Amino acid sequence: MSHFTELNARRAHEIISHYPRARSAIIPLLHLAQEQEGWITNDAMTQIAELTGATAAEVLGTGSFYEMFKFHPVGRYLVNVCTNISCQLLGGEELLEHAETALGITDGQTSDDGLFTLEDVECVAACTEAPCFTVNYRYFHRATPETFSEVVAELRAGRSPMEKGQQGDRGEIPDHGTLSRTLQHIPADRKAGIVAPEEAAQAPSWMPTETGENA
Amino acid sequence: MTAEAPAFAAGFINNEGPKLITGRFALEDSFTLERSLATGGYDGLKKALARPPADVHREVRDAVLLGRGGAGFPAGVKWGFCPEGVWPRYLVVNGDESEPGTYKDRLLMERDPHQLIEGCLIACYALGLSQCFLYVRGEMALAQERIATALNEAYADGRVGRNIMGTDFSVDIVLHWGAGAYIVGEETALIESLEGNRGMPRLKPPYFPAAIGLYGQPTIVNNVETLANLPWIMDNGAEAYKTMGSETSPGTRLFAVSGHVNRPGVYEVEQGVTTFRDLFYGDNFCQGIRNGNDLKAFIPGGGSAPWFFEEHLDLPLEARPVGAAGSMLGSGAIVVMDHTTDAVKACLRLVRFYARESCGKCAPCREGTTWEEKVLRRIYEGQGRPSDLDLLEDIGDNISPGPYPVASFADQDLEAVPFPPKQTTICPLGPSSVAPISSALRRFRPEFEALITLRDSIAVSAAPTPEDV
Repeated sequence: MSHFTELNARRAHEIISHYPRARSAIIPLLHLAQEQEGWITNDAMTQIAELTGATAAEVLGTGSFYEMFKFHPVGRYLVNVCTNISCQLLGGEELLEHAETALGITDGQTSDDGLFTLEDVECVAACTEAPCFTVNYRYFHRATPETFSEVVAELRAGRSPMEKGQQGDRGEIPDHGTLSRTLQHIPADRKAGIVAPEEAAQAPSWMPTETGENA
Repeated sequence: MTAEAPAFAAGFINNEGPKLITGRFALEDSFTLERSLATGGYDGLKKALARPPADVHREVRDAVLLGRGGAGFPAGVKWGFCPEGVWPRYLVVNGDESEPGTYKDRLLMERDPHQLIEGCLIACYALGLSQCFLYVRGEMALAQERIATALNEAYADGRVGRNIMGTDFSVDIVLHWGAGAYIVGEETALIESLEGNRGMPRLKPPYFPAAIGLYGQPTIVNNVETLANLPWIMDNGAEAYKTMGSETSPGTRLFAVSGHVNRPGVYEVEQGVTTFRDLFYGDNFCQGIRNGNDLKAFIPGGGSAPWFFEEHLDLPLEARPVGAAGSMLGSGAIVVMDHTTDAVKACLRLVRFYARESCGKCAPCREGTTWEEKVLRRIYEGQGRPSDLDLLEDIGDNISPGPYPVASFADQDLEAVPFPPKQTTICPLGPSSVAPISSALRRFRPEFEALITLRDSIAVSAAPTPEDV
């Protein structure tokens, strides 16, 4: 039984075509599955295994190593509050406490309405803009408890809170699972072609045939 | 005259000084191909393509471009480690920035993806690398979006892919993204992850990526910032590059200064000629500690770096002297703590990070970081035992035997132990967890003891005396 929609199955094949070995596509395909369902189902892992020549257990083995993959349903919005050193110094832990009160849940829990999952996370690379939180990986810099409450209120009302988020990011927060809204597409006539280890034993065309390029 | 950060480039401070890799950051549409081309984008690549590949490699080696990911190894030398005559070779770009305090690669990817793409192409051309995999941290959705868009534009414009800019140089750049694991920033773990596996580091030797890397082939793994320097170097030459910075650390570097400073931000700084004092107190930089507070400690190179203190402020921002003084510049992440900071709490928070992020492959790290966190937590919560400080040092010694790198302490008549630490583990993650503990214990031991004494007095008064028994 196939898990991916027709569109996503096409995308999956395109992603696989970028790699010399299909297994390299396991992580991108897990993201694709999470984008489709909001979390990663057993059916998804079975199909990813078929597509990449791995076993379903191997796909789970890889996927379960990485924090972003959820193997059970989570909220429509994944709220990550950073409490690592730079944020801690400027109130990250207090922001987390506020988030717990505002959402009525603690680290790892999902609100009853299925809207929010809260996580106390490690450094998200916004250290000079501390304290900071993200919603489905969209950044809110120099956050205060007030900003947090306003963002939550906007989301509950079905509106985009990105006016308070990182400038330059686009207007809407997609549901959990969607990261980049633009996918890389390599046109067939522009593609240099994948180079598998077993296929090319010679230097690429632009390299001089003489050795000594490391001279 | 110093300009504030433009709101669309959150964190970037457009201060005075050379701008080699942040030159476009203050332009709102800096990430588009149009803006890139209008401001000299792909000129470095054009110049590179007019020269033999070996020449391009030599230019980069002559520039003494030090790796910006953490280890600081010269990129041109690293490039030379590919065994001759073994093909194909690959390029893997490390954009998995996650070291606590580090915020620079995300900016480089969001603000100027074409500069990074150009850098990747220059590296591929110089070394005959057949395919490039650009590994972006999973959490960085906007960076992925900007790079995907930039790649699509560059392909359509004949700048990536087949017959680049009308030459016989052909290479694909594939955008790949992670899914949340700090350890994947370690180069062999990055390769494991790219092969579709759990991101656990490989043993070196034999798995030096330049010899046995992706799919067992020679592989160059370079950090985003390292590659972002290549367009400028090819456009202006190694000689011009070396007129900036110091002899052993030429050029500029990005430093993210966070914590208790008045103007935290990402600064492009000329290496060697700027000191920590300039950076924290200078008008062109962070403009002092908040509220005029005293400095308690600072981390010079990310969560994994041993801490520095007031007496180290006059060290230059340069890898060698900082290493000799017992720490590292690492990933250019400087965290400033003022006198209100709770050293035990800060230490616990950093150690929790390593305990969570340990991949579990090596026992000293897997068990050790977990123990460190548990012991520190009970101390912090007032449940510490008098033997706990020795226990912490003992755990640290199991992960990183011998004297751990530490700054000099004039008041205690202690000399610096130079970086890097020894390790009983495959990669440096475990040893990194020892850095905050050994630094904080050396300098702020009374703060730890105060918490433990409290527990003692409660325990003793509540305990039965021998007469009671």
